Amino acid sequence: MAAHRYGLSLVFILILSSLARPSSCDTLEKANDNTEEKQSVSDTPREVNSDGSIAAEDLIERQWQSTDVEADRGDGTKNSESFTAAAAARDEFQEELVIRPLHSGDIYASFQFRTLWDIDFLQERQKVSHYRLFPKSLGQVLSKFSVRELHISFTQGFWRTMQWGQPFIPSPPGAELWVWFHDTVSDVDGNWKELTNVLSGIFCASLNFIDLTNTVQPSASFKPLGLGNATDHRFLRYATLPREIVCTENLTPWKKLLPCGSKAGLAVLLKSEKLFHSSFHSQAVHIRPVCQDEQCASKAWELRQTLNVVFDLYTSGQGKKEWSLFKMFSRTLTEACPLATSSKVYVDITDNPEGELFELSPATPLLSQAVVLGDRRTYSVFDLTRAETFGQLRSLNLLLRWKGNSGDMLRPLLHAERYVAGFGLQTGEIHTVIYNNHPYRAFPVLLMDSVPWYLQLYIHTLTVTSKSRDNKPSYIHYQPAKDRHRPHLLEMLIQLPPHSMTEVTVQFERALLKWTEYTPDPNHGFYVGSSVVSALVPSMVAMNTNFTQDQPLFSSFVPVKEESSYFVRVYTEPLLVNLPTPDFSMPYNVICLTCTVVAVGYGSFYNLLTRTFQVDEPSLPLAKRLANLIRRIRGVPMLT
Amino acid sequence: MGLLSDPNRRKALTSLLTRLNTPICIVCYLAAIVWFMGLAFEPFTLRTYMSENAMGSTMVEERFSSGERALSLAKEFNAHKKKAGGMPVEWLVKSMQARGLEVFTQSFSRKLPFPDENKERYMVRGTNVYGILRAPRAPRTEALVITAPCSPGNSNNQAVGLLLALAEYFRNQVYWAKDIIFLVNEHDLIGMQAWLEGYHHTNITGMEYSPLQGRAGSIQAALSLELSSDVITSLDLVLEGLNGQLPNLDLANLLYAFCQKLGVLCTIQGKLQRNDWDTAEGYTHAAQTMVLMVLKQACGRSWGDHGLFLRYHIEAASIRGINSFRHYKMDATTIGRLLEGMTRKLNNLLERLHQSYFFYLLPSLSRFVSIGYYMPAFGLLAVILLLRALDLWVHLGTPALTAVDGVTEAEQPSSPGVLTVLTPVVISHLTGVALYLLPVHLQEMAVEHFPVSETEAVVLTAIAIYTAGLALPHNTQRLLSGEGTEQGWKVLKLTALLYLAVLLGCTALINFSLGFILAVTLVPITASITPHMPKSLCALAMVLLSPAFTILYCVFIYQELIEVPVSLGEGWMLFLSVISQGILDHTLYGSLVYPLLALFIYPCWLMFWNILFWN
Repeated sequence: MAAHRYGLSLVFILILSSLARPSSCDTLEKANDNTEEKQSVSDTPREVNSDGSIAAEDLIERQWQSTDVEADRGDGTKNSESFTAAAAARDEFQEELVIRPLHSGDIYASFQFRTLWDIDFLQERQKVSHYRLFPKSLGQVLSKFSVRELHISFTQGFWRTMQWGQPFIPSPPGAELWVWFHDTVSDVDGNWKELTNVLSGIFCASLNFIDLTNTVQPSASFKPLGLGNATDHRFLRYATLPREIVCTENLTPWKKLLPCGSKAGLAVLLKSEKLFHSSFHSQAVHIRPVCQDEQCASKAWELRQTLNVVFDLYTSGQGKKEWSLFKMFSRTLTEACPLATSSKVYVDITDNPEGELFELSPATPLLSQAVVLGDRRTYSVFDLTRAETFGQLRSLNLLLRWKGNSGDMLRPLLHAERYVAGFGLQTGEIHTVIYNNHPYRAFPVLLMDSVPWYLQLYIHTLTVTSKSRDNKPSYIHYQPAKDRHRPHLLEMLIQLPPHSMTEVTVQFERALLKWTEYTPDPNHGFYVGSSVVSALVPSMVAMNTNFTQDQPLFSSFVPVKEESSYFVRVYTEPLLVNLPTPDFSMPYNVICLTCTVVAVGYGSFYNLLTRTFQVDEPSLPLAKRLANLIRRIRGVPMLT
Repeated sequence: MGLLSDPNRRKALTSLLTRLNTPICIVCYLAAIVWFMGLAFEPFTLRTYMSENAMGSTMVEERFSSGERALSLAKEFNAHKKKAGGMPVEWLVKSMQARGLEVFTQSFSRKLPFPDENKERYMVRGTNVYGILRAPRAPRTEALVITAPCSPGNSNNQAVGLLLALAEYFRNQVYWAKDIIFLVNEHDLIGMQAWLEGYHHTNITGMEYSPLQGRAGSIQAALSLELSSDVITSLDLVLEGLNGQLPNLDLANLLYAFCQKLGVLCTIQGKLQRNDWDTAEGYTHAAQTMVLMVLKQACGRSWGDHGLFLRYHIEAASIRGINSFRHYKMDATTIGRLLEGMTRKLNNLLERLHQSYFFYLLPSLSRFVSIGYYMPAFGLLAVILLLRALDLWVHLGTPALTAVDGVTEAEQPSSPGVLTVLTPVVISHLTGVALYLLPVHLQEMAVEHFPVSETEAVVLTAIAIYTAGLALPHNTQRLLSGEGTEQGWKVLKLTALLYLAVLLGCTALINFSLGFILAVTLVPITASITPHMPKSLCALAMVLLSPAFTILYCVFIYQELIEVPVSLGEGWMLFLSVISQGILDHTLYGSLVYPLLALFIYPCWLMFWNILFWN
């Protein structure tokens, strides 16, 4: 039996490690020769290299290769490389902004800042005191708490998958923190507690509210994204704070981590009054170990700071569907960050080949293609390290003029939502609905649910149904809650049939809290964090059957493995659940009433039940007693 | 507390209570009526005030200005409605999408247990259309609902037009913290019920509906809008919901505050507030308003689309535009501003509305009577039942000198057996069950044999069973013990009195109005009934004070108060339709008044009827 279980878990671990690795490696053994580009979570756009391998698109779009801009750029890179090599520290900084006009007419702007630090303090065990580009505050945290990987995100708003498609880096509403500790750590919980407090100080957020009651150790959903093959989830901690509100006080410390601050480069665009005047705002910090070079002889630390924001064209456009960098950020770009080796702005023009949807100015001859989230996208590239990008005015102000109408809802291949069913304050039911909109491919997803202890899950009522038939999960990991100590953790591997809706339901009972455990606003309700759906989704590129039209036949019979599926994580909305709440406004009345009831009701009842009643002789009046005294002396019968 | 444990003092107390029982009871009854009528007297009531901090001092500015747009949308909607011969689903979906909402539809169907003759429907099939305005940077956890029913004919077009214009305006604002759901529901309450059940994924009434695709978290508050003319003279606020539930008083305060701010006349129960409380007319006006509210609340039906929200702990109210022949008129812009202001204040809420009262009566919009003030009126009536029960208890106890109870007394030869009491109780309740079940189930048979429609069949069956209950064999104790004893009826009456007291007490806690109306009619006759009274006279009095006649009186009083007096014949027809509506409300929306009357109050009344014919 044990052997069987071991075998099963081994198979499972294999599946999961491939799941969690979004990069394009074929097997686990090959993981080490990943280039840095391939490791990116979301497959950031890759430049078409003039000296690159025979990528299919190179053959078709011949004119792109012949631009001398490319050759120039290659030189520039070499130059900067030699420059960095000359410097003693081999730190590197890249910045990048992707602007994607969304299907709904909104604008999605995604910043990524990547700092590489060629040092491995875990191995060298030496005191690192010299920091160049890497922020010292984070470096100290990494070494003090033996952190192997750290991911933290602050999000205000909910990513609308049905309107906006998939984000480059998904994140749940509120704050999310997950950390892999090094396997030499003995007291993981202690380190975690301290780490959350330190991070809370660094980011000015309420991360100190993370404690054991909202921390879980997912067994499968969150695998390390960097080097190393850790599978022992004892060293993983995951927590979300769905109620966390993100605002400027979180943005400022985040900006301070950048080498150029907000003084130069793309970061000048990060003006808080504009960033928080949007439909969605998410900022994150991801730290992980990566390979230093192609041989992967030594490790380096990668700090990736991302900021995603969606601007609402409708609200602030006053009817005019026109966008520019200045309108979005109230700044224009004038220079790259001097410390950056590369600084680029990408604009997604895939849906706009003939310019019928929108008009982009200034036009750029530089184009780039990349497979992002299973879809081949085309980008216009603006290289800020080159002077001609800024033109005569010495500033770059991208202008986007919409022509088309905003479209209908999208049908993303994977989509999930969640709600509480039922009414009343005793029981309820959590419904999680997962859609697979792929026309013919079934694929497995990992669903992770972390529910606070005050919702007492009835796990025997757990049902998974797809197409009105029972769908048995192939793996269930359930850790029941302990009151006031630990939340519920439910992880399931569910196979989603093609073109289907899968519904996961579980009933719960609402606990009655102690009166000190209620929040100051108990009638607002209590939050339950988002559930996480992780999956390898079949790629749109592989789904595309008529790609033979624009691709040579020899390249397209078997879809390339690295493009056949891509990793996606979908967060559902958090839940707001009302618990039975006493009326805190009248404790005085309650106390008075209870005391009266106890005193009157209980007192007299107790009296009646316990007293023994007997008829006693009524005592004689004083005159009669005196008379009796005299009568006794006289020997006459007494009076009664 | 030696009062009860001291035998002498206890004896003195009980003898006092038994000796003065009848006078005390009469005084209590009169005091209850006086107390109740005094509730409408202004110096005795409290002024309403905004309890919720988030809605109180924070001022909002109303800027809505597209009233004309709303009216043109209403015309367009009307044209499409006529073309489609019902709800113009496609047009609504398109126009909501054009305003930047996420639009979803829900189709539903419901077969009524019997045809509804008031609204002329039997097989109901319809579609709800709703659009969600997603608040920027909000995680879809909270929502507000604004609904406008799509009614047949020409009514309510303006409400839908205003809804769309508001959606357009709201979409361009940045201050929303809660998602706003704009819902246009077909077939008024049935559509609403389908949508609410779909949203909460429950099925309590056997409705068939398609599941909802889009949701927006837990709904905090809802407003239902009914407008049928381009200009209005006043707004009427409707609060009474299913089973007499009321929304939090702060919602009424909110409307009142905005009506005052914008200079809109607003009414409750269709009655404008008067300022001359010290005159007789002023008092009568307030009393009429309050009694109307009591009557509406007592009947337990939902008086607007908002009523069904209350079950889900969502505070909701209906706002109805009235166009009468006053001079002063308001256009759609003003109403739009009023709704904008209310929605913005609700949007500011940090918690659910919970600060103010949930149990109240309103003699006018600016005055309210809280539960602490009106409950004594009912308490005085309930005390009568308890006093009579105590009296009987003492009378039963005196000869045997032991605690007497109908159930524990079985071994004493002089006392009646359990069966003597149990049999009438069981028979009465079986009649109640028949009254509850048979009318709907026997309609087909009735239609076959009598020349009546289904609805008439149901109502007439109900009345027939009700009347038949009076003629049931009431002297079963004769078969068991030969002759009805004095002890027998006393025990039965004691049981019935306590039973009635518990029933009315529970009812009044949930729905004060219903409890009070039943108590006012049932208490005098039940308290005084004995087998030794003149049979025919008493029987007549009992029948005239039975639950069915109470409904009849309520119909007449209601018609009188809304200033549409009816003749006897019309009143009778109304009475019949009230019964059919009551049964329909129970099956369609889960109103509990019909089962309460049929399964509990009527059997309890039958037990007293039984006592009258005890021999």
